[in-house]
Amino acid sequence: MGKINWYKYASPASFYGLAGKLIPGFATLSVVLFIIGLYISFFVAPTDAQQGEAYRIIFIHVPAAWMSMFIYVVMAAYSGIGLAFNTRLSAMMASSLAPTGALFAAIALFTGSFWGKPMWGAWWVWDARLTSQLILFFLYVGYISLQAAIDDPRRSDRASALIALVGVVNVPIIYFSVKWWNTLHQGASISFTKAPTMAYTMVAGMLIMAAACWMYTIAVALYRVRIIILERERHSVWVSELMEKIK
Amino acid sequence: MLEARQLACMRGDRLLFSEIDLHLEAGGLLHVRGPNGSGKSSLLRMLCGLILPEAGDITWQGQNIRKNEDYFRSLTYLGHQNGIKEELSAIENLRITCGLAGFDIDERTAFDALERIGLEGREALPAKVLSQGQRRRVMLARLLVAETPLWILDEPLVALDTDAIGFMRSLFELHLEKGGMMILTTHQELEIAALTTREIRFNS
Amino acid sequence: MNTLTWVLKRDMLLAMRRKSDVLTTLFFFVIMTSLFPLGVGPEPQLLKAMGPGVVWVAALLASMLSLGRLFAADHADGTLEQMLLAPESLALIVLGKTLVHWIASGLPLVLIAPFLGLQFGMNGDALWVLVASLLLGTPVLSLVGAIGASLTLGLRGGGILVSLLVLPLYIPVLIFGAGAVDASTSGLGAQGHLSILGALLVLALLATPMASAAALRISLE
Repeated sequence: MGKINWYKYASPASFYGLAGKLIPGFATLSVVLFIIGLYISFFVAPTDAQQGEAYRIIFIHVPAAWMSMFIYVVMAAYSGIGLAFNTRLSAMMASSLAPTGALFAAIALFTGSFWGKPMWGAWWVWDARLTSQLILFFLYVGYISLQAAIDDPRRSDRASALIALVGVVNVPIIYFSVKWWNTLHQGASISFTKAPTMAYTMVAGMLIMAAACWMYTIAVALYRVRIIILERERHSVWVSELMEKIK
Repeated sequence: MLEARQLACMRGDRLLFSEIDLHLEAGGLLHVRGPNGSGKSSLLRMLCGLILPEAGDITWQGQNIRKNEDYFRSLTYLGHQNGIKEELSAIENLRITCGLAGFDIDERTAFDALERIGLEGREALPAKVLSQGQRRRVMLARLLVAETPLWILDEPLVALDTDAIGFMRSLFELHLEKGGMMILTTHQELEIAALTTREIRFNS
Repeated sequence: MNTLTWVLKRDMLLAMRRKSDVLTTLFFFVIMTSLFPLGVGPEPQLLKAMGPGVVWVAALLASMLSLGRLFAADHADGTLEQMLLAPESLALIVLGKTLVHWIASGLPLVLIAPFLGLQFGMNGDALWVLVASLLLGTPVLSLVGAIGASLTLGLRGGGILVSLLVLPLYIPVLIFGAGAVDASTSGLGAQGHLSILGALLVLALLATPMASAAALRISLE
């Protein structure tokens, strides 16, 4: 492969083509990694001495929680670039990541609750991590609803970019305050930080699952950004030429 | 001097206009004409820096108008809306809008300006009891006291009676005579004497 | 006079001529807190434990509901557009408007809070801490809320949308505000909580006016 001309791909029209070529690769990688990761999680990793089989849910829970965090930061970075340099493509990338981020936040919440039932005997405990995860989910909801409420694409891009940046500045403050609140009210409770001593295969399984989630996120975000590009540029010449070809 | 090169404006996914060039020097009048919705107001708001151009740039005395404090000290923009508060009296409205625009006027000056524009005896009434035309006059009174060289006026004559229109016309001419600049949209046929008169015509 | 003084003078004048707005926010706050004992029962121990949280949550909601008045009227009559064209920094204007908005909608809550505290069985020290925490915390709510208010300007369903945007951001203030009163009743001392609230206030004063100004420019384009 020769040198990629990045300036060329910063235009939505050329990125549309590039994304189309990249999606199958990332999608395949993601499926392969999910199969390996799930195999390790369910068949190779040993049963935990304290928690039995139920602990296996962390192979989904932890990567999902990581992803929801990472995606928010990446989204804010794209938003910042979009606001600073007025590049349309970065705003489109930010908005194509948001639903996946919200999905992972929701998965982390549900799996956390399923793990909580056998561990603590309750579907929901106000553990610091779970509470922070819930608030992160709220931040995603705010971002997505603001974007949905604005019809003008330019205002929508710029307004949601701003709220993403405000959110990312606040995330550390929120996490810190929730932690403070939690230690004050519950003392030393069982927490996700005190996970069982992890066997080597457990770590491997978790990392492979995380990599699979990454690949999935990239593939889905690229797929979504292609749709956004088509929608935004539907009046342009290249889209009508493309539609002619499809016919 | 105000100069704009290759301006383009998008609203939603519609291209309102593109490749607009204009320049305006002392004593110059620029008339922007066209049917409703053709982009006149958007062009004016863009020239005020309220809308970022999709393409092109706008300069004042050779410097880009973005974050150019000197430009905003030199500019008076009057838009569609009157920009006056119903709860405040005519005189409070005038003094406050001037104060926000960066220059203070005393009670006496504000009083005189309102009197000259035909609001004698109504200076202290809350704006909510004034008629549409009278509210418009409160807004336009700012032009009597503002010493800014560049006026950008979007349909300033709406709701005014013939006397007031005549008064405004002579005010415009005086401003241009003194070396001011003016960008105007209006549906009325109005002959304004100016050193140079240019026109931009939009089609729908 | 400079622009900031003009903004303060103007908004104070307007607030004085719309006194009923102050009362609606205030009564919302009072009614809201009075609903809780009706919901959970009049048991004094329970109410005492819930009191700080209830008063703070009600303050959060009252402050959020009043955000609609911060920019909407100026947006509708075109004065906001003129403010964007002011030669002085828009962030300063936003700061002035937010300050007056807090005086008209936040300060009354602070002043009436001790009476509500009495309803929940709080005593001397706890009441002082409640007032202090609200005094430091409610300006943060107004400042952060201003960002949400400017982003949702002129949108359909703006009021409910603003709650989705700003309530999650209010959480730290809630935690340290209600926490301060709890800490004082349990004998731990509220200094730590109050210092953090103070730090949040300084942070909000420095950072949010610029964010709100940027948001206003986006919304008025």
